[in-house]
Amino acid sequence: MPTFVYMTSCDGCGHCVDICPSDIMHIDKTHRRAYNIEPNFCWECYSCVKACPQNAIDCRGYADFAPLGHSVRALREEDKGTISWKVKFRDGREKNFVSPIRTTQWGTIKGPAEYAEPSQEDFRKQELAHEPESLNIDGGLPTLKPKQLQKAVV
Amino acid sequence: MLTSNHFAALSAFIPAIVMQTYVAVMIIMVAGGTLFDTIHKKSATYFFNHWRNAKNKGTRQVGGGEMMSLAVQTAAVDVLTSGEFCNVQRRIAHLLTMYGFLAYVVTTVIMVFAYPTPATPAPAILPALWHIGALMVCAGGYWFWFFIRVDVAAEGNSPFRLVRADLFIVSLLVSVTLGLVWAYVQTTGSTIWANVFLGLYLLATTILFGSIPWSKFSHMFFKPAAALQSRVEQANGSRRNLPAPADAPKIYGSARRKPNHY
Repeated sequence: MPTFVYMTSCDGCGHCVDICPSDIMHIDKTHRRAYNIEPNFCWECYSCVKACPQNAIDCRGYADFAPLGHSVRALREEDKGTISWKVKFRDGREKNFVSPIRTTQWGTIKGPAEYAEPSQEDFRKQELAHEPESLNIDGGLPTLKPKQLQKAVV
Repeated sequence: MLTSNHFAALSAFIPAIVMQTYVAVMIIMVAGGTLFDTIHKKSATYFFNHWRNAKNKGTRQVGGGEMMSLAVQTAAVDVLTSGEFCNVQRRIAHLLTMYGFLAYVVTTVIMVFAYPTPATPAPAILPALWHIGALMVCAGGYWFWFFIRVDVAAEGNSPFRLVRADLFIVSLLVSVTLGLVWAYVQTTGSTIWANVFLGLYLLATTILFGSIPWSKFSHMFFKPAAALQSRVEQANGSRRNLPAPADAPKIYGSARRKPNHY
């Protein structure tokens, strides 16, 4: 469901413009308020919904499966580290969810520059960079045993 | 310069009654423009419809005493200290511009109506407040215009790109800047340049107060109403359809930090 802005609630701070990965949240030239310039290109990541400090951004469902009358609202609480979702269906049903903003401790995820530089040998491997350590899978990657491989060969 | 009443000095060329008439016309244009803006955009209709819907969706009634308390909170936080801004720089710039403009406008009206000629000297505090107010508008306004404005800060546009949304801030800044320039030139004794800048000052001021139906000048009237409505919606439980605050959430990570994506 692409996003749209309630222009009476928006104060034109530009947070959604900064965070939108599709670069489709922009400031209109008449009222200096944010708007989604191309809902068809919206990835529906809801970054703007979660970032909006005025809770001015909502989601609009596609008409075929979510006709008029529904709503999806998000409340981001920085101090609690949560995002609460309230989904209202057209028939009156309501569902509420609370999600953590993140599920890992601050500082536990290393940035790309913090890993050792890959060698030429690493580029010839099947795994991607820093795999399997970065996948956090105990015991390494699951692989087929030689017998299983023989059975799989046609 | 800071303590001289430039309107009294101007009365040697323009009669006081003409200045007073001009100010009265500007006040009428503000009232008329705001009224036209409200009717044309149907903002009052939208506001009261929204108010009624929020009241119907509310889980509890807001009584008269609580409503009064919310109105006081709105005035103290949202209006007097520009509490709705989450960006501290933007809030400071807005406060500078707002209080500067109020001081500048109020002292202008007092000096033009109560002390319009050298025969009625104004207390030194009035022209001083006029200059300080104008300088505050310039400080907050140019800071906003060149650095904080979302078109520049988030969109990456040139600060010199002009669109219709800029009508209010540009006309305000040009008007106040030209007012200060006119006041300075008047003290130098150059009559021709003083008249040139007076003409430009009047032109910019007329655009500022005459363009209300197309600019966001009237936000100073409807923003407080919207802020009150927002507080009432929080109090009556309708909460703009937002979910309730999370209770007893599991906290992930102790060293929480401010978001830095903006």
